[in-house]
Amino acid sequence: MNGFDLSAILTNPEYISMLLHGIEMTFIIYIGSWVLAMTLAILLLALRVSPLRIGEPIVAAYVSYHRNVPTLVQLMLWYFGIFTLMPQGLSDWLANNNAEAIFAVIGLGLCQAAYFSEDLRSGLRSVSPGQMEAAQALGHGYASAMRFVIMPQGVRNALPPLINHSVSLFKNSSLAIVIGAPELTHAVKEIENISFRTFEIYMIGTVTYLFFSLIIMGIGAYIAMRADPARRARA
Amino acid sequence: MIQDFITIIQDYWLLLLIGQYPNGPLGGLANTLILSALAIAFAFPVSILMALARLSKWWFLRWPMTALVYVTRGVPLLMLILWCYFVIPLWTGADVPSFLIMLVTLVIYQGAFLSEVVRAGIVSLGQGQMDAARALGHGYMGAMRFVILPQALYNMIPSMISTFVSTIKDTTLGYVINVPDLTFAASQVNNQLLTQPFQVFLILALVYYILCWSLTYVANSVERRIARRRAGPRNARLPAEAAPLKTITEQL
Repeated sequence: MNGFDLSAILTNPEYISMLLHGIEMTFIIYIGSWVLAMTLAILLLALRVSPLRIGEPIVAAYVSYHRNVPTLVQLMLWYFGIFTLMPQGLSDWLANNNAEAIFAVIGLGLCQAAYFSEDLRSGLRSVSPGQMEAAQALGHGYASAMRFVIMPQGVRNALPPLINHSVSLFKNSSLAIVIGAPELTHAVKEIENISFRTFEIYMIGTVTYLFFSLIIMGIGAYIAMRADPARRARA
Repeated sequence: MIQDFITIIQDYWLLLLIGQYPNGPLGGLANTLILSALAIAFAFPVSILMALARLSKWWFLRWPMTALVYVTRGVPLLMLILWCYFVIPLWTGADVPSFLIMLVTLVIYQGAFLSEVVRAGIVSLGQGQMDAARALGHGYMGAMRFVILPQALYNMIPSMISTFVSTIKDTTLGYVINVPDLTFAASQVNNQLLTQPFQVFLILALVYYILCWSLTYVANSVERRIARRRAGPRNARLPAEAAPLKTITEQL
Protein backbone atom coordinates (compact mmCIF):
# COMPACT_ATOMS: atom_id res chain seq x y z
CA MET A 1 0.00 0.00 0.00
CA ASN A 2 1.30 3.45 -0.94
CA GLY A 3 1.51 6.26 1.54
CA PHE A 4 -1.38 8.47 2.52
CA ASP A 5 -1.99 10.87 -0.35
CA LEU A 6 -5.20 12.87 -0.51
CA SER A 7 -4.15 14.70 -3.67
CA ALA A 8 -4.24 11.44 -5.64
CA ILE A 9 -8.02 11.66 -5.34
CA LEU A 10 -8.58 15.38 -5.09
CA THR A 11 -6.65 16.19 -8.28
CA ASN A 12 -8.31 13.52 -10.38
CA PRO A 13 -11.21 15.19 -12.25
CA GLU A 14 -13.00 11.86 -12.72
CA TYR A 15 -13.12 11.14 -8.98
CA ILE A 16 -14.11 14.71 -8.20
CA SER A 17 -17.03 14.55 -10.59
CA MET A 18 -18.14 11.19 -9.09
CA LEU A 19 -17.98 12.70 -5.61
CA LEU A 20 -19.94 15.78 -6.65
CA HIS A 21 -22.61 13.63 -8.27
CA GLY A 22 -22.80 11.60 -5.07
CA ILE A 23 -23.20 14.71 -2.95
CA GLU A 24 -25.84 16.03 -5.34
CA MET A 25 -27.83 12.78 -5.12
CA THR A 26 -27.50 12.71 -1.33
CA PHE A 27 -28.98 16.19 -1.19
CA ILE A 28 -31.77 15.34 -3.65
CA ILE A 29 -32.71 12.39 -1.44
CA TYR A 30 -32.31 14.40 1.74
CA ILE A 31 -34.32 17.44 0.68
CA GLY A 32 -36.95 15.36 -1.11
CA SER A 33 -37.54 13.11 1.88
CA TRP A 34 -37.40 16.02 4.33
CA VAL A 35 -40.16 17.89 2.46
CA LEU A 36 -42.23 14.72 2.10
CA ALA A 37 -41.76 13.89 5.79
CA MET A 38 -42.67 17.36 7.03
CA THR A 39 -45.78 17.57 4.82
CA LEU A 40 -46.94 14.15 5.95
CA ALA A 41 -46.11 14.92 9.57
CA ILE A 42 -48.35 17.99 9.53
CA LEU A 43 -51.15 15.98 7.91
CA LEU A 44 -50.75 13.22 10.51
CA LEU A 45 -50.81 15.76 13.30
CA ALA A 46 -53.94 17.39 11.86
CA LEU A 47 -55.58 13.97 11.63
CA ARG A 48 -54.61 13.23 15.20
CA VAL A 49 -56.00 16.41 16.74
CA SER A 50 -59.08 16.40 14.50
CA PRO A 51 -62.40 15.40 16.06
CA LEU A 52 -62.54 12.32 13.78
CA ARG A 53 -62.49 9.27 16.06
CA ILE A 54 -60.78 7.11 13.45
CA GLY A 55 -57.82 9.49 13.11
CA GLU A 56 -56.14 8.65 16.40
CA PRO A 57 -55.67 4.87 15.98
CA ILE A 58 -54.63 5.24 12.33
CA VAL A 59 -51.91 7.74 13.16
CA ALA A 60 -50.83 5.71 16.20
CA ALA A 61 -50.47 2.59 14.05
CA TYR A 62 -48.56 4.53 11.38
CA VAL A 63 -46.13 5.95 13.92
CA SER A 64 -45.72 2.63 15.70
CA TYR A 65 -44.90 0.76 12.49
CA HIS A 66 -42.38 3.29 11.26
CA ARG A 67 -40.61 3.62 14.58
CA ASN A 68 -40.33 -0.08 15.38
CA VAL A 69 -39.21 -1.43 12.01
CA PRO A 70 -35.61 -0.65 11.02
CA THR A 71 -35.40 1.97 8.27
CA LEU A 72 -33.28 -0.37 6.19
CA VAL A 73 -36.00 -3.03 6.24
CA GLN A 74 -38.59 -0.42 5.28
CA LEU A 75 -36.47 0.61 2.29
CA MET A 76 -36.01 -3.03 1.26
CA LEU A 77 -39.72 -3.65 1.54
CA TRP A 78 -40.41 -0.67 -0.72
CA TYR A 79 -37.78 -1.35 -3.32
CA PHE A 80 -37.65 -5.15 -3.46
CA GLY A 81 -41.25 -5.77 -2.40
CA ILE A 82 -43.79 -3.11 -3.24
CA PHE A 83 -41.99 -2.11 -6.44
CA THR A 84 -42.68 -5.59 -7.89
CA LEU A 85 -46.38 -5.41 -7.02
CA MET A 86 -46.96 -2.18 -8.90
CA PRO A 87 -48.85 -2.19 -12.21
CA GLN A 88 -46.63 -2.69 -15.25
CA GLY A 89 -46.97 0.84 -16.61
CA LEU A 90 -46.05 2.51 -13.36
CA SER A 91 -43.09 0.25 -12.61
CA ASP A 92 -41.73 0.72 -16.15
CA TRP A 93 -41.98 4.46 -15.76
CA LEU A 94 -40.24 4.30 -12.38
CA ALA A 95 -37.49 2.04 -13.73
CA ASN A 96 -36.78 4.61 -16.44
CA ASN A 97 -36.79 7.50 -13.97
CA ASN A 98 -34.26 6.52 -11.35
CA ALA A 99 -36.51 4.27 -9.28
CA GLU A 100 -33.76 3.83 -6.62
CA ALA A 101 -33.75 7.52 -5.75
CA ILE A 102 -37.55 7.77 -5.84
CA PHE A 103 -37.96 4.82 -3.50
CA ALA A 104 -35.24 6.16 -1.22
CA VAL A 105 -37.20 9.43 -0.96
CA ILE A 106 -40.50 7.60 -0.37
CA GLY A 107 -39.07 5.14 2.16
CA LEU A 108 -37.04 7.64 4.15
CA GLY A 109 -39.75 10.30 3.94
CA LEU A 110 -42.55 8.04 5.19
CA CYS A 111 -40.36 6.77 8.00
CA GLN A 112 -39.22 10.23 9.04
CA ALA A 113 -42.78 11.58 8.97
CA ALA A 114 -43.53 9.39 12.00
CA TYR A 115 -40.68 10.97 13.98
CA PHE A 116 -41.48 14.52 12.86
CA SER A 117 -45.16 14.19 13.73
CA GLU A 118 -44.31 12.86 17.20
CA ASP A 119 -41.90 15.77 17.72
CA LEU A 120 -44.56 18.29 16.70
CA ARG A 121 -47.18 16.59 18.83
CA SER A 122 -45.08 16.60 21.98
CA GLY A 123 -44.20 20.23 21.25
CA LEU A 124 -47.87 21.15 21.03
CA ARG A 125 -48.78 19.10 24.10
CA SER A 126 -46.26 21.04 26.16
CA VAL A 127 -48.29 24.23 25.60
CA SER A 128 -50.64 24.44 28.55
CA PRO A 129 -54.40 24.38 27.85
CA GLY A 130 -54.70 27.66 29.72
CA GLN A 131 -53.04 29.36 26.75
CA MET A 132 -55.93 28.38 24.49
CA GLU A 133 -58.51 29.49 27.05
CA ALA A 134 -56.73 32.80 27.56
CA ALA A 135 -56.48 33.40 23.82
CA GLN A 136 -60.18 32.68 23.37
CA ALA A 137 -61.04 34.92 26.30
CA LEU A 138 -59.13 37.68 24.50
CA GLY A 139 -61.43 37.24 21.50
CA HIS A 140 -59.40 34.90 19.27
CA GLY A 141 -61.31 32.21 17.42
CA TYR A 142 -59.99 28.62 17.41
CA ALA A 143 -58.04 29.05 14.18
CA SER A 144 -56.53 32.38 15.07
CA ALA A 145 -55.66 31.23 18.60
CA MET A 146 -53.88 28.25 17.01
CA ARG A 147 -52.10 30.49 14.52
CA PHE A 148 -50.97 33.27 16.86
CA VAL A 149 -50.74 31.69 20.31
CA ILE A 150 -50.48 27.90 20.34
CA MET A 151 -48.48 27.15 17.18
CA PRO A 152 -45.60 29.60 17.77
CA GLN A 153 -45.01 28.16 21.24
CA GLY A 154 -45.55 24.55 20.20
CA VAL A 155 -43.21 24.69 17.22
CA ARG A 156 -40.58 26.41 19.32
CA ASN A 157 -40.75 23.61 21.89
CA ALA A 158 -40.52 21.04 19.11
CA LEU A 159 -37.44 22.59 17.52
CA PRO A 160 -34.65 20.70 19.35
CA PRO A 161 -35.94 17.19 18.50
CA LEU A 162 -36.85 18.33 14.97
CA ILE A 163 -33.27 19.48 14.43
CA ASN A 164 -31.84 16.24 15.84
CA HIS A 165 -34.08 14.22 13.58
CA SER A 166 -33.22 16.38 10.57
CA VAL A 167 -29.57 15.53 11.15
CA SER A 168 -30.30 11.83 11.48
CA LEU A 169 -32.36 11.94 8.28
CA PHE A 170 -29.29 13.31 6.54
CA LYS A 171 -27.21 10.46 7.93
CA ASN A 172 -29.89 7.92 7.07
CA SER A 173 -29.80 9.01 3.42
CA SER A 174 -26.67 6.80 3.28
CA LEU A 175 -28.94 3.75 3.67
CA ALA A 176 -30.07 4.33 0.09
CA ILE A 177 -26.88 2.54 -0.97
CA VAL A 178 -28.57 -0.77 -0.10
CA ILE A 179 -31.18 -0.28 -2.80
CA GLY A 180 -28.55 1.06 -5.18
CA ALA A 181 -29.22 4.79 -5.26
CA PRO A 182 -26.04 6.54 -6.45
CA GLU A 183 -25.54 8.82 -3.44
CA LEU A 184 -22.39 9.83 -1.57
CA THR A 185 -21.61 6.52 0.17
CA HIS A 186 -22.15 4.78 -3.15
CA ALA A 187 -19.71 7.17 -4.85
CA VAL A 188 -17.19 6.57 -2.06
CA LYS A 189 -17.43 2.79 -2.54
CA GLU A 190 -17.08 3.14 -6.31
CA ILE A 191 -14.00 5.33 -6.09
CA GLU A 192 -12.53 2.89 -3.57
CA ASN A 193 -13.05 0.06 -6.03
CA ILE A 194 -11.33 1.93 -8.85
CA SER A 195 -8.51 3.69 -7.01
CA PHE A 196 -7.74 1.26 -4.13
CA ARG A 197 -7.04 4.34 -2.01
CA THR A 198 -9.45 3.22 0.69
CA PHE A 199 -8.07 5.31 3.51
CA GLU A 200 -8.07 8.57 1.58
CA ILE A 201 -11.52 8.23 0.04
CA TYR A 202 -13.13 7.11 3.32
CA MET A 203 -11.53 10.12 4.94
CA ILE A 204 -13.01 12.41 2.30
CA GLY A 205 -16.44 10.80 2.62
CA THR A 206 -16.41 11.01 6.42
CA VAL A 207 -15.31 14.64 6.44
CA THR A 208 -17.98 15.51 3.86
CA TYR A 209 -20.73 13.92 5.94
CA LEU A 210 -19.44 15.53 9.10
CA PHE A 211 -19.20 18.93 7.40
CA PHE A 212 -22.80 18.90 6.17
CA SER A 213 -24.14 17.45 9.46
CA LEU A 214 -22.45 20.23 11.39
CA ILE A 215 -23.91 22.79 8.96
CA ILE A 216 -27.40 21.36 9.49
CA MET A 217 -26.85 21.44 13.27
CA GLY A 218 -25.64 25.04 12.93
CA ILE A 219 -28.67 26.12 10.90
CA GLY A 220 -30.88 24.44 13.49
CA ALA A 221 -29.15 26.23 16.34
CA TYR A 222 -29.55 29.53 14.47
CA ILE A 223 -33.28 28.98 13.93
CA ALA A 224 -33.73 27.98 17.56
CA MET A 225 -31.89 31.11 18.63
CA ARG A 226 -34.03 33.30 16.37
CA ALA A 227 -37.19 31.74 17.77
CA ASP A 228 -36.16 32.38 21.35
CA PRO A 229 -38.53 35.04 22.74
CA ALA A 230 -35.97 36.29 25.25
CA ARG A 231 -33.69 37.27 22.41
CA ARG A 232 -36.51 38.85 20.41
CA ALA A 233 -37.56 40.98 23.36
CA ARG A 234 -34.03 42.33 23.56
CA ALA A 235 -33.81 43.14 19.85
CA MET B 1 -51.64 -14.24 -0.49
CA ILE B 2 -52.15 -15.37 3.13
CA GLN B 3 -51.33 -18.88 1.97
CA ASP B 4 -47.97 -17.62 0.66
CA PHE B 5 -47.03 -16.22 4.05
CA ILE B 6 -47.88 -19.46 5.82
CA THR B 7 -45.91 -21.51 3.31
CA ILE B 8 -42.84 -19.28 3.57
CA ILE B 9 -42.90 -19.38 7.36
CA GLN B 10 -43.41 -23.16 7.39
CA ASP B 11 -40.54 -23.74 4.97
CA TYR B 12 -38.02 -21.25 6.27
CA TRP B 13 -38.74 -20.59 9.95
CA LEU B 14 -35.62 -22.41 11.06
CA LEU B 15 -33.41 -20.45 8.66
CA LEU B 16 -34.91 -17.18 9.86
CA LEU B 17 -34.50 -18.25 13.48
CA ILE B 18 -30.93 -19.61 13.62
CA GLY B 19 -29.53 -19.29 10.10
CA GLN B 20 -27.39 -22.14 8.74
CA TYR B 21 -26.51 -23.44 12.22
CA PRO B 22 -25.36 -26.25 12.95
CA ASN B 23 -24.07 -26.69 9.38
CA GLY B 24 -22.81 -23.14 9.11
CA PRO B 25 -22.41 -20.06 11.26
CA LEU B 26 -25.18 -19.10 13.66
CA GLY B 27 -27.44 -16.54 12.02
CA GLY B 28 -30.97 -15.29 11.82
CA LEU B 29 -32.95 -13.85 14.69
CA ALA B 30 -30.75 -15.58 17.29
CA ASN B 31 -27.67 -13.85 15.94
CA THR B 32 -29.42 -10.48 15.78
CA LEU B 33 -30.33 -10.82 19.45
CA ILE B 34 -26.88 -12.03 20.52
CA LEU B 35 -25.19 -9.25 18.58
CA SER B 36 -27.39 -6.53 20.09
CA ALA B 37 -27.11 -7.95 23.61
CA LEU B 38 -23.31 -8.15 23.41
CA ALA B 39 -23.13 -4.69 21.87
CA ILE B 40 -25.17 -3.13 24.63
CA ALA B 41 -23.31 -5.10 27.32
CA PHE B 42 -19.98 -3.70 26.12
CA ALA B 43 -21.31 -0.27 25.21
CA PHE B 44 -22.56 0.30 28.74
CA PRO B 45 -19.19 0.33 30.58
CA VAL B 46 -17.58 2.08 27.60
CA SER B 47 -20.19 4.81 27.77
CA ILE B 48 -19.57 5.38 31.50
CA LEU B 49 -15.84 5.75 30.87
CA MET B 50 -16.53 8.08 27.95
CA ALA B 51 -18.89 10.21 30.02
CA LEU B 52 -16.36 10.45 32.84
CA ALA B 53 -13.70 11.42 30.30
CA ARG B 54 -15.95 14.13 28.90
CA LEU B 55 -16.53 15.53 32.39
CA SER B 56 -12.87 15.23 33.31
CA LYS B 57 -10.84 18.27 34.23
CA TRP B 58 -7.96 17.06 32.06
CA TRP B 59 -8.15 18.38 28.51
CA PHE B 60 -6.32 15.38 27.04
CA LEU B 61 -9.22 13.18 28.13
CA ARG B 62 -11.99 15.67 27.45
CA TRP B 63 -11.12 16.88 23.96
CA PRO B 64 -10.69 13.56 22.13
CA MET B 65 -13.91 12.20 23.66
CA THR B 66 -15.86 15.32 22.72
CA ALA B 67 -14.51 15.02 19.19
CA LEU B 68 -15.45 11.33 19.05
CA VAL B 69 -18.99 12.07 20.22
CA TYR B 70 -19.39 14.78 17.57
CA VAL B 71 -18.01 12.53 14.85
CA THR B 72 -20.38 9.71 15.73
CA ARG B 73 -23.26 12.16 15.81
CA GLY B 74 -22.37 13.63 12.43
CA VAL B 75 -21.30 10.60 10.41
CA PRO B 76 -23.65 7.84 9.23
CA LEU B 77 -23.32 4.50 10.97
CA LEU B 78 -22.79 2.97 7.54
CA MET B 79 -19.62 5.01 7.08
CA LEU B 80 -18.39 3.88 10.50
CA ILE B 81 -19.04 0.25 9.56
CA LEU B 82 -17.05 0.68 6.36
CA TRP B 83 -14.20 2.21 8.36
CA CYS B 84 -14.08 -0.66 10.83
CA TYR B 85 -14.42 -3.20 8.04
CA PHE B 86 -11.31 -1.69 6.48
CA VAL B 87 -9.24 -0.73 9.53
CA ILE B 88 -9.69 -3.64 11.96
CA PRO B 89 -8.28 -6.37 9.67
CA LEU B 90 -5.50 -3.96 8.72
CA TRP B 91 -4.44 -3.37 12.32
CA THR B 92 -4.85 -6.87 13.63
CA GLY B 93 -3.51 -8.49 10.49
CA ALA B 94 -6.05 -11.28 10.92
CA ASP B 95 -9.17 -12.33 9.08
CA VAL B 96 -11.73 -10.86 11.46
CA PRO B 97 -15.28 -12.22 11.09
CA SER B 98 -17.86 -9.62 10.10
CA PHE B 99 -19.81 -10.36 13.28
CA LEU B 100 -16.91 -9.07 15.36
CA ILE B 101 -16.46 -6.00 13.16
CA MET B 102 -20.12 -5.15 13.51
CA LEU B 103 -19.87 -5.66 17.28
CA VAL B 104 -16.94 -3.25 17.58
CA THR B 105 -18.71 -0.65 15.42
CA LEU B 106 -21.88 -0.87 17.47
CA VAL B 107 -19.98 -0.60 20.76
CA ILE B 108 -18.26 2.60 19.59
CA TYR B 109 -21.42 4.07 18.09
CA GLN B 110 -23.85 3.25 20.87
CA GLY B 111 -21.19 3.93 23.49
CA ALA B 112 -20.87 7.48 22.20
CA PHE B 113 -24.64 7.97 22.24
CA LEU B 114 -25.10 6.38 25.66
CA SER B 115 -22.25 8.48 27.03
CA GLU B 116 -24.37 11.55 26.32
CA VAL B 117 -27.17 9.98 28.35
CA VAL B 118 -24.83 9.16 31.21
CA ARG B 119 -23.33 12.63 31.09
CA ALA B 120 -26.76 14.24 31.17
CA GLY B 121 -27.66 11.97 34.11
CA ILE B 122 -24.56 12.99 36.04
CA VAL B 123 -24.90 16.70 35.24
CA SER B 124 -28.58 16.71 36.19
CA LEU B 125 -27.72 15.48 39.70
CA GLY B 126 -26.07 18.79 40.38
CA GLN B 127 -22.76 19.72 41.96
CA GLY B 128 -24.13 19.42 45.50
CA GLN B 129 -24.05 15.60 45.49
CA MET B 130 -20.37 15.58 44.61
CA ASP B 131 -19.57 18.31 47.15
CA ALA B 132 -21.44 16.46 49.90
CA ALA B 133 -19.72 13.17 49.07
CA ARG B 134 -16.30 14.84 49.11
CA ALA B 135 -17.14 16.54 52.40
CA LEU B 136 -17.94 13.12 53.86
CA GLY B 137 -14.44 11.98 53.00
CA HIS B 138 -14.92 10.19 49.66
CA GLY B 139 -12.27 10.68 47.02
CA TYR B 140 -13.29 11.44 43.46
CA MET B 141 -13.50 7.77 42.49
CA GLY B 142 -15.32 6.83 45.68
CA ALA B 143 -17.83 9.64 45.26
CA MET B 144 -18.49 8.57 41.66
CA ARG B 145 -18.70 4.89 42.55
CA PHE B 146 -20.91 5.12 45.63
CA VAL B 147 -22.86 8.37 45.29
CA ILE B 148 -23.08 9.81 41.77
CA LEU B 149 -23.22 6.82 39.42
CA PRO B 150 -25.79 4.75 41.35
CA GLN B 151 -28.24 7.64 41.15
CA ALA B 152 -27.44 8.63 37.59
CA LEU B 153 -27.54 5.07 36.26
CA TYR B 154 -30.80 4.16 37.96
CA ASN B 155 -32.51 7.02 36.17
CA MET B 156 -30.95 5.79 32.95
CA ILE B 157 -32.56 2.35 32.85
CA PRO B 158 -35.36 3.33 30.40
CA SER B 159 -32.82 4.97 28.09
CA MET B 160 -30.82 1.77 28.23
CA ILE B 161 -33.77 -0.26 27.02
CA SER B 162 -34.56 2.15 24.21
CA THR B 163 -30.90 2.07 23.24
CA PHE B 164 -31.22 -1.71 23.09
CA VAL B 165 -34.12 -1.26 20.67
CA SER B 166 -32.15 1.08 18.46
CA THR B 167 -29.20 -1.32 18.61
CA ILE B 168 -31.44 -4.09 17.29
CA LYS B 169 -32.45 -1.78 14.47
CA ASP B 170 -28.82 -0.85 13.87
CA THR B 171 -27.75 -4.48 13.47
CA THR B 172 -29.66 -4.55 10.18
CA LEU B 173 -26.86 -2.45 8.69
CA GLY B 174 -24.58 -5.45 9.11
CA TYR B 175 -26.27 -6.59 5.90
CA VAL B 176 -23.80 -4.36 4.05
CA ILE B 177 -20.80 -6.36 5.30
CA ASN B 178 -22.67 -9.70 5.24
CA VAL B 179 -23.16 -10.24 8.96
CA PRO B 180 -25.38 -13.35 9.12
CA ASP B 181 -28.31 -11.77 10.96
CA LEU B 182 -32.08 -11.80 10.47
CA THR B 183 -32.03 -9.40 7.50
CA PHE B 184 -29.34 -11.50 5.86
CA ALA B 185 -31.39 -14.67 6.40
CA ALA B 186 -34.46 -13.01 4.88
CA SER B 187 -32.55 -11.97 1.79
CA GLN B 188 -31.27 -15.54 1.49
CA VAL B 189 -34.85 -16.76 1.60
CA ASN B 190 -35.71 -14.16 -1.01
CA ASN B 191 -32.89 -15.33 -3.25
CA GLN B 192 -34.12 -18.93 -3.03
CA LEU B 193 -37.75 -18.07 -3.76
CA LEU B 194 -37.17 -15.21 -6.23
CA THR B 195 -40.88 -14.76 -6.86
CA GLN B 196 -42.24 -13.48 -3.56
CA PRO B 197 -40.06 -10.59 -2.40
CA PHE B 198 -42.98 -8.63 -0.95
CA GLN B 199 -44.09 -11.52 1.26
CA VAL B 200 -40.56 -12.24 2.50
CA PHE B 201 -39.72 -8.65 3.37
CA LEU B 202 -43.11 -8.08 4.98
CA ILE B 203 -42.47 -11.07 7.25
CA LEU B 204 -39.07 -9.57 8.05
CA ALA B 205 -40.64 -6.22 8.90
CA LEU B 206 -43.26 -7.90 11.09
CA VAL B 207 -40.66 -9.86 13.08
CA TYR B 208 -38.69 -6.69 13.77
CA TYR B 209 -41.90 -4.89 14.63
CA ILE B 210 -42.96 -7.46 17.22
CA LEU B 211 -39.49 -7.54 18.75
CA CYS B 212 -39.00 -3.79 19.00
CA TRP B 213 -42.57 -3.02 19.96
CA SER B 214 -42.48 -5.37 22.94
CA LEU B 215 -39.15 -3.98 24.13
CA THR B 216 -40.46 -0.42 23.80
CA TYR B 217 -43.47 -1.48 25.84
CA VAL B 218 -41.20 -2.82 28.58
CA ALA B 219 -39.17 0.40 28.49
CA ASN B 220 -42.28 2.50 28.93
CA SER B 221 -43.57 0.53 31.88
CA VAL B 222 -40.16 0.59 33.58
CA GLU B 223 -40.05 4.33 32.97
CA ARG B 224 -43.44 4.77 34.64
CA ARG B 225 -42.31 2.71 37.59
CA ILE B 226 -39.15 4.75 38.03
CA ALA B 227 -41.07 8.00 37.72
CA ARG B 228 -43.44 6.74 40.43
CA ARG B 229 -40.60 5.77 42.72
CA ARG B 230 -38.88 9.09 42.22
CA ALA B 231 -42.09 10.90 43.05
CA GLY B 232 -41.74 9.41 46.55
CA PRO B 233 -44.02 7.27 48.72
CA ARG B 234 -46.45 10.14 49.33
CA ASN B 235 -47.40 10.28 45.67
CA ALA B 236 -46.99 6.57 45.03
CA ARG B 237 -50.68 5.97 44.48
CA LEU B 238 -51.06 8.78 41.97
CA PRO B 239 -50.84 7.91 38.31
CA ALA B 240 -47.30 8.78 37.37
CA GLU B 241 -47.73 11.45 34.73
CA ALA B 242 -44.47 13.06 35.78
CA ALA B 243 -42.24 14.53 33.13
CA PRO B 244 -40.76 11.70 31.09
CA LEU B 245 -37.07 11.11 31.56
CA LYS B 246 -34.99 12.53 28.82
CA THR B 247 -34.09 9.78 26.44
CA ILE B 248 -31.38 10.51 23.94
CA THR B 249 -31.11 7.75 21.45
CA GLU B 250 -30.30 7.54 17.83
CA GLN B 251 -33.18 6.63 15.59
CA LEU B 252 -32.54 4.35 12.70
